[in-house]
Amino acid sequence: MEYEPVIGLEVHAQLLTQSKIFCGCSTSFGAPPNTHTCPVCLGMPGVLPVLNKQVVEFAIKMGLATNCQIAPLSRFARKNYFYPDLPKGYQISQYELPLAEHGFINIEVNGTRQQVRICRIHMEEDAGKLIHDEQRPVSYVDFNRTGVPLIEIVSEPDLHSPEAAVEYLRSLRNILLYLEICDGNMEEGSLRCDANISLRPMGSQELGTRTELKNMNSFRHLQRALEYEIRRQRALLINGEAVIQETRLWDEAQNQTLSMRGKEEAHDYRYFPDPDLVPVEISPDWIEAVRQSLPELPEAKKARFMADYGLPEYDAGVLTGDKALAQYFEDCVQQFDRPKQISNWIMSELLRELKKAERGIESCLVTPTALARLLSLIEQGTISGKIAKAVFEEMIVSGKEAEAIVQARGLVQISDEAALETLAREILAAHAPEVAEYQGGKTKLMGFFVGQMMKKTKGQANPKLVNQLFARLLKK
Amino acid sequence: MSEPLYSLTIGQLSPLLHQGEVSPQEVTQACLDRIAALDGQLNSYLTVDAESALTQARQAETRLRSGEVTPLTGMPLAIKDVIVTQGLRTTCASRILSNFVPPYDATVSAKLRGAGAIFLGKTNMDEFAMGSSNENSSFGAAHNPWNRDYIPGGSSGGSAVAVAADLCLGSVASDTGGSIRQPAAHCGVVGFKPTYGRVSRFGLVAFGSSLDQIGTITKDVTDCALLLQAIAGYDPKDSTSVNLLVPDYAQSLNQEIWGLKIGIPQEYYGAGLDAEVAAAVQQALDTLTSLGAELVEVSLPHTDYVVATYYLIAPAEASSNLARYDGVKYGYRDPEAKNLLELYNQTRSQGFGAEVRRRIMLGTYALSAGYYEAYYQKASQVRTLIRRDFEAALARCAVLATPVTPTPAFRIGEKVDDPLAMYMSDIFTLSANLAGIPGISVPCGLSSQGLPIGLQLLGRHFDEATLIQVAHAFERHTDFHRAKPRL
Repeated sequence: MEYEPVIGLEVHAQLLTQSKIFCGCSTSFGAPPNTHTCPVCLGMPGVLPVLNKQVVEFAIKMGLATNCQIAPLSRFARKNYFYPDLPKGYQISQYELPLAEHGFINIEVNGTRQQVRICRIHMEEDAGKLIHDEQRPVSYVDFNRTGVPLIEIVSEPDLHSPEAAVEYLRSLRNILLYLEICDGNMEEGSLRCDANISLRPMGSQELGTRTELKNMNSFRHLQRALEYEIRRQRALLINGEAVIQETRLWDEAQNQTLSMRGKEEAHDYRYFPDPDLVPVEISPDWIEAVRQSLPELPEAKKARFMADYGLPEYDAGVLTGDKALAQYFEDCVQQFDRPKQISNWIMSELLRELKKAERGIESCLVTPTALARLLSLIEQGTISGKIAKAVFEEMIVSGKEAEAIVQARGLVQISDEAALETLAREILAAHAPEVAEYQGGKTKLMGFFVGQMMKKTKGQANPKLVNQLFARLLKK
Repeated sequence: MSEPLYSLTIGQLSPLLHQGEVSPQEVTQACLDRIAALDGQLNSYLTVDAESALTQARQAETRLRSGEVTPLTGMPLAIKDVIVTQGLRTTCASRILSNFVPPYDATVSAKLRGAGAIFLGKTNMDEFAMGSSNENSSFGAAHNPWNRDYIPGGSSGGSAVAVAADLCLGSVASDTGGSIRQPAAHCGVVGFKPTYGRVSRFGLVAFGSSLDQIGTITKDVTDCALLLQAIAGYDPKDSTSVNLLVPDYAQSLNQEIWGLKIGIPQEYYGAGLDAEVAAAVQQALDTLTSLGAELVEVSLPHTDYVVATYYLIAPAEASSNLARYDGVKYGYRDPEAKNLLELYNQTRSQGFGAEVRRRIMLGTYALSAGYYEAYYQKASQVRTLIRRDFEAALARCAVLATPVTPTPAFRIGEKVDDPLAMYMSDIFTLSANLAGIPGISVPCGLSSQGLPIGLQLLGRHFDEATLIQVAHAFERHTDFHRAKPRL
């Protein structure tokens, strides 16, 4: 029997506020343990939370960017469970009345567009981190992360393949980055993802028993964990066994998911409205003000790139897949109005060289202006496309201007027809047998003659001229 | 001045301090001496920091000389041990916090320090404010100064005893279901619970967060007004505190109550009310009538549900509020624990007393999946009905008058094995916390056994001023607040 996977994701995004969600402590990553703490985030007796307004604003942004309805009144609730990294013994989260609901985003999987519904987005506080001593059976708690603001974005079970799940997560991440409310760093845990997955017979509308997967801290791990889990569940179902509802951990080293706790051991979180916080009231004016402040989002930008610059969908997708890259592209086009040519250069040369240098576009040494000027040099015939690539390789390492490199290395294209003709005649004289063969009909040898010319001129000869020249001379 | 300094009220002592007739050190020393002499029998303090108190007294003296003074400058106070005080051990009368020295002040503590008050120490209470007799303290019961075989009430028993026995000039305490008003009634002093949101809860160790409120226990109504003035007001650190102008409560003193309507809720005068309490309260109502007040009968139809509602909401919130005492970060930790589960189980089993454990279990149950709707949520809905009862009743009158407790203080040990009987002793005080309204307890008589009886006045949200006005009018025309236990 054929089975269809049904997948929904719960994505946690740390928000890029200066201070924590309920106190004034810094949210910055990497400080010495327990230095970004105060009585409030340590859950000491008698302290009270005070909501950081910026958190609400960021969460509204994400809600609007994912087409959600923003609740005029939402509530914080306590999620009660014991763990040493949770200093109050409960996490302040939202339960019955979340900030945003009923949204969607569009994704594209293998050329097919799909809508993924967003069930809800809510605000909550992050927990601390346990650090286990490797020598002794002792654990420590670092509360720096405690109280760092999170939003949880819960999708409906609208995803039907690991690829779709990855694409959905990538799109969410891109939106978060466009909004500048999360740094999207999955390795450091500022973007985290849990997946709920079940299988059902193809064509069925009922949902099968699901498992919840945790501990996937990259797109690759998400993909592989889902692939593994689909194989595992399918094998169970084919053998007539039941899938057990449980939480499973992705084990990167063993390449498999392992049972963490079953349904019976599942926590009863005893949610109830947090009496220490008043309901969050959001006026239509506030929502409107946030809406006005939203930047152009990836989907809109992609459509505009296709419409305004005549780019193919693929190009537009790659360029808008990174806000900074899209900006880079547009800055280039401002100065050199050949969008497709720029797009080609960015997608092939620039991205390859950046990957080689392990740099992001933000720290690229070639400015959009510099790239535009390099491309102008090709356009003007000063250098050939091939030379340009060599120049570019130096630019990206040194940050020097194209003109300077061309000058210093004497790379200016030879377009002097008389000079080239002299050289061409020398080449033909030196290769009489090949000339005879060519004239005997073996016209493929044109490449050989051009190659000889390039060798002689160290690639600087204007290829177009050279071709024309040989064609003329060999006719005689 | 023939009377000893410790026996004065804040209102009497304040001008003497301001005029330099007595020094804060003298007053502080007088209180410390009296604590040393009497508190061995009363057990009203859990922590007394004499050295710090005298240092604070010297600082107050400097302030008094500079003229930068408030009515509380140089005034030795006792702080209930549920309100955190920077550098001064705060235990909540629990073993689990027996070694906890807070690195921060409650907003109320900071305000009192800012006003120049002196902290003598921290007073005994029922553990985490859970109890009506002060018998649930991990550090032993406090004793009623009128008869040491009797309970002083709770949970703020230590504060009421310290005020009644002149072991301080006044006290700040907390009231979650009557914890200020009930012990004040049993000890013959004035206890005031403000409107929920009037006084910051920041630094008040939480029991039932939607019910808890800091208030005052004082020797008379004037002191109540002075102390309340110092602690009331919006606090950005407490999202549930309300940003409303705080009136000048002194303006409510020495006012007439002619023509003022006082509501008499029938449900509070029914079966189970002790005859002596009923008689004393009736006499108080007669006094108020004689002062020109008009009594009107009102009804609070959901009164029968008050105890059940309270004992779902308060334990539910407590079960969550007390989860932080897990032995991981501060406070008691069982040194024998071998793993995480043992750390939690043993620390909390050993660290909390029986009543606290009972309420944690009650509350955990009420919030559990499958029971939440039937218990916690239903109780929240009934709570709304109870609040509406009060709003309707208080639309017809300015204040309500009721007994504070069904009986005078009972004997120590009498109800320890019967938690339900113990819970019923709060029957008249719980509703004010559920409704969020202010309430005051003033002395209105002594039983035949010589135990104090209290009159409770309940007011509209944020109308503390009218309560002070009525209570002070009553006090001016009676002598009950002047009666002192023989010690």
